[in-house]
Amino acid sequence: MTDIEYIVEVRQVRKSFKDVQAVKGVSLKIKPGEFLALLGPNGAGKTTLVEMIEGIQHPDEGEIFIAGKQWKHHQHELHQMIGLSLQETRFMDKLTAWETMRLFASFYKLNSHRVEEVFTLIGLEEKKKAYVDNLSGGQRQRLALGVALLNKPKILLLDEPTTGLDPNARREIWNILLDLKKMQNTSLILTSHYMEEAEYLCDRIVIMDQGNILGEGTLLEILALGDGQRSLDELFISLTGRHLYE
Amino acid sequence: MNKITNHQLYRLIAAHFAEIIREPSVIFWGVVFPILMAWGLGIAFTQKGGTQAKLAVVKGIAGVSGEQETKLISWLTANAVKKDSTFTITLKNEKIGDATLSFIETSASNAITLLKKGKVSVIIDDLSTGPKYQFDPANAEAKAAYQLAANLANNGPLFYSANQSEIQPLTMAGTRYVDFLIPGLLAMGIMMGSCWGISYTIIERRSKKLLRRMVATPMKKSNLLFALITARFSMNLAEALLLFAFAWIYFGVQVQGSWPALIILFIAGNIAFSGISILISSRTANTEVGNGMINALVTPMMVVSGVFFSYHNFPDWAIPAIQYLPLTMMTDTFRAIFNEGAGFIDVWREALVLTTTGVVSFAIGLRIFKWY
Repeated sequence: MTDIEYIVEVRQVRKSFKDVQAVKGVSLKIKPGEFLALLGPNGAGKTTLVEMIEGIQHPDEGEIFIAGKQWKHHQHELHQMIGLSLQETRFMDKLTAWETMRLFASFYKLNSHRVEEVFTLIGLEEKKKAYVDNLSGGQRQRLALGVALLNKPKILLLDEPTTGLDPNARREIWNILLDLKKMQNTSLILTSHYMEEAEYLCDRIVIMDQGNILGEGTLLEILALGDGQRSLDELFISLTGRHLYE
Repeated sequence: MNKITNHQLYRLIAAHFAEIIREPSVIFWGVVFPILMAWGLGIAFTQKGGTQAKLAVVKGIAGVSGEQETKLISWLTANAVKKDSTFTITLKNEKIGDATLSFIETSASNAITLLKKGKVSVIIDDLSTGPKYQFDPANAEAKAAYQLAANLANNGPLFYSANQSEIQPLTMAGTRYVDFLIPGLLAMGIMMGSCWGISYTIIERRSKKLLRRMVATPMKKSNLLFALITARFSMNLAEALLLFAFAWIYFGVQVQGSWPALIILFIAGNIAFSGISILISSRTANTEVGNGMINALVTPMMVVSGVFFSYHNFPDWAIPAIQYLPLTMMTDTFRAIFNEGAGFIDVWREALVLTTTGVVSFAIGLRIFKWY
């Protein structure tokens, strides 16, 4: 895998739903180990783009390669390579955190040893025996992140992983992701409304609005696109006339 | 690494099973409620005697003179027990059980009120020429009360206990109401367990995006459905065994036909309703829509399929259609095995039709199934 230059390559992808063009010819490349943030307000096309990378939506036009492979012919292999956490997934209420993790581990043919490792990674050891419906919002989100990390994914897709969480819970998620970054085995695609999340975690930022990419690069490169704005939010307002979190 | 407990099918079945048994209300509605229903209905319709008739008696007004007439009331005063304004007389019969008639002496207007409230079913005008009875001829209870009262007035209290030797009560196994009821409840349990347990679970998982999350892994989709059906089948089996054990111990309900045939039909019924459940839950992600769809499927069948009362009271033209409903087919065949001594040879066609229904529904459901 190390000889692959890009782990994800999106080429001129378009996708429409009925009359709405959700993604209008987007191209994107992500290197192995790179952390990328997709920023944009609701309706920018972030989720649709991520769903196409995840393989559950198919582009109307254009191509997507994951580690050089396409979903059409390599579904099983690509599922092994991807980890994801969706914004609103709710696991089974009456399973414990441990049982939930064991269930998902079994899909990857992993044993309880790996499950233990992941519990340590997400710092949820004390809640192993708690039912999912007794976990707090932040704990559930950490569980979802743990499930996404079980298979040591090459690509981690996180759809608004900290939306609705309090600052402490958000910081806990960030710390887990920073630990992951140090290991340099995983690429991350993160969608968010929070610019500080992107600034704090990601190597590169892509700003989307209305199905298009408005700009991409490191934080400094992105800020240089504008004329003197000091924050992403100011830049975003100057590019689109709207706030990022709208 | 290859331990069975690491296998995804094992994990999926264990997860679904845990989810069922950890919900206390599931145990109540799945196990306790059917037993209570069997007990209540079994007692209500199996108890001997206990016939109760309540009638209102209004003093008659004689033609021109306006004099009040009390021929029946006088007779009751002499022969019945009076408390407040109610005369009670109990007619004895060992074979069919006693009948208790209560005559409430009241005014004409109050009698109408009592009738409207269902406190009496017949109003008697106490005339010197003989009583006149007012009641709704379509009401079986009122008709029975009239017949008892009229017989009493015309023939005296002994009519009820006469000729007891000609009556031979049916008490042998398979002929009581409870023998009719238990196979119906078993069939209904399979339908309700599958439709709510499988369909609703799938729709809820879809609405919570859990199905979508699961199919983003290398999980085999068929394993998920198979595990759901297996967990539900085990639960249906446990519920059926408990209900049967209760009916056997408490009411002495017995299986007169073949046990292997019963087991085969039980499996076929589960296949039928599992397939139907997958089909109805194949698309929607809205639990309220799902709720409505499941109700639209199970409620009509519960009403027309003869679980509680024979469907032969429905119009003749409807009966062939009713007989082909999966619940009717299962109920009728369970009854044949329980009460008529049916064996495999008598039930294989029904088992085959039920299995085919299940397999075809499953195949269609899977083709149109939405995972997200």
